[in-house]
Amino acid sequence: MTTFDPYAPSRETTEGTVFSVTGGDWDSLVQEIGSTKEERVVVNMGPQHPSTHGVLRLILELEGETVTEVRCGIGYLHTGIEKNMEFRSWTQGTTFVTRMDYLGPIFNETAYCLAIEKLLGITNDVPERASVIRVMMMELNRISSHMVALGTGALELGAISPMFFAFREREIVLDLFEMISGLRMNMAYIRPGGVQQDLPEGAIPKIREAVKQMRKNFKDNTSLLVGNSIWLKRTQGIGYLDLAGATTLGITGPVLRATGLPWDLRKVQPYCGYENYNFDVITADTCDVYGRFLIRMNELEQSLRIIDQALDKLEDLEGAPVMVADKKIAWPAQLALGGDGLGNSLNHIREIMGTSMESLIHHFKLVTEGFHVPAGQVYQAIESPRGELGAQVVSDGGTRPYRMHFREPSFNNLQATSAMSEGGMIADIIGAVASIDPVMGGVDR
Amino acid sequence: MTESGMFGARGTGDTSGYGGLVRTPASTGSSERPYGGYFDEVADDLERAYPEFSHAIERVVVDRGELTLHVKREKLVEVSLVLRDSLKFEMCMGVSGIHYPNNTGRELVAVYPLLSMTKNRRVRLEVSVSDSDAHIPSLVEVWAGNNWHERETFDMFGIIFDGHPGLTRILMPDDWQGHPQRKDYALGGIPVEYKGATTPPPSDRRSYK
Repeated sequence: MTTFDPYAPSRETTEGTVFSVTGGDWDSLVQEIGSTKEERVVVNMGPQHPSTHGVLRLILELEGETVTEVRCGIGYLHTGIEKNMEFRSWTQGTTFVTRMDYLGPIFNETAYCLAIEKLLGITNDVPERASVIRVMMMELNRISSHMVALGTGALELGAISPMFFAFREREIVLDLFEMISGLRMNMAYIRPGGVQQDLPEGAIPKIREAVKQMRKNFKDNTSLLVGNSIWLKRTQGIGYLDLAGATTLGITGPVLRATGLPWDLRKVQPYCGYENYNFDVITADTCDVYGRFLIRMNELEQSLRIIDQALDKLEDLEGAPVMVADKKIAWPAQLALGGDGLGNSLNHIREIMGTSMESLIHHFKLVTEGFHVPAGQVYQAIESPRGELGAQVVSDGGTRPYRMHFREPSFNNLQATSAMSEGGMIADIIGAVASIDPVMGGVDR
Repeated sequence: MTESGMFGARGTGDTSGYGGLVRTPASTGSSERPYGGYFDEVADDLERAYPEFSHAIERVVVDRGELTLHVKREKLVEVSLVLRDSLKFEMCMGVSGIHYPNNTGRELVAVYPLLSMTKNRRVRLEVSVSDSDAHIPSLVEVWAGNNWHERETFDMFGIIFDGHPGLTRILMPDDWQGHPQRKDYALGGIPVEYKGATTPPPSDRRSYK
């Protein structure tokens, strides 16, 4: 036995000796473990760990460096979003859902709003310009989300430079989001019935410029990863999950497409008019971490293709409405930029305060009370960067959801960690988890 | 119920779920044939592949372009296996709960959205149980991916999935009391003061229902 180490104390429990390691004290730990006969070690990785892709806790059972069992501990970011939404109006709900999967806010909002529109029966009344803007925003968001997946995925495997380049691209997208919605993240930009506001003046040329820039930049990142033999060795043949495994585990998104199945809801069950765009569904047949990252890399180009087409459509639809015509659903005020920031337009304030009392009543009722949604239940699925994001909405006819549930792809796909990692090396867990690309805000909601 | 008060608020206007706020569950009867789209084909295929159809399926509801089969809980596993193997619903997108405290005898509902990638179809299963006997057979043996979803539904609603390999809490701490997404579980919250005015927590604000 060694002398007492204040940084790596050990204590006896019914399960065996438990060590607390805080870093830099591995020598004393190794000495202590060497004195026991057992080969099996249970290691607690996370929830605060730089390589677990967020506050994810992994409980590993190891035989030497081989992983014999992996369990995930989740719930550290649970914020009760679903419950909270039952106490807010349908429109206020967008500010909650946008905070679930914080790397794909536009997707959360779109799934939620499409579900409400289905309940209201106004799916076909949403103006085309609003749908095109939604598609464009989703594809921009897919780029920024995939960029984080690629950048942090590489960083967790020890490659630092790809992250700089990935975040450079993400920054371009976030700047566009800021220009369009006023916010870089958690925008609550997609609203039931359309979008919050039209594109600002001069937006389309700026987006075109950004697309051009990104198309050029993507090559840097791709060559940094696929041209790096260490990255290839850390990803190829790692984290294997085939089609049968993916199906029974309900896995969707890039992980499913890496098994060779071209399943993309944008193609097979189109929404927001995705059937009017030309793009390819990217697949790989390697079933491994490499294939999943390759799919994300190639999907970037497809997203740019869709954005190009969306911009063409937007130019044709200049000046068209971006919110349903039904004044009982559409947000009453038009937003305008004033001296003190974004707010209700002066014309609107003049109308409700000065000329029309009915307008004031209508504005007040719609903003405080919200609109009623007929009773019923719908399930609306969209293709988020991580797979099938399903919004299950139940209304009892009131101005607030009776029950909201999100079928989060991160939550579901994280279940595959055990199947991908058991029997492999401990270092490969990192690659497997990174290839699932879980966002803990979405997992825990 | 007659409407009274401002904005048609009924009852006390309390929204915490404790103040006796009456909520009527969305209840539609069984839909009439033809269901439209591929729904008739799904129903026919299921009837052919599963002779006990009329006994196991309580209601078939088509609403807003979605097909829902209300299944008796004893028959859930059998129906799921037929749907998976004969009707090619390879994927279950999980399970979530709904709590209808006033629907006596069927307070808790479990909802399973299924997906067939082979035929590009969707169908939804619903199982309702009473609060006092909240047991539903687990579908982890049929679709392994339901594991975490069932744990979440147990965590949030207290529905016990019999046969689940390890039914423990997943999002809430292990020693948590109660099931937070039930309607009889208060939201909680504290009032917020700003410039002298106090805003009550969301659960205590006026309901405009």
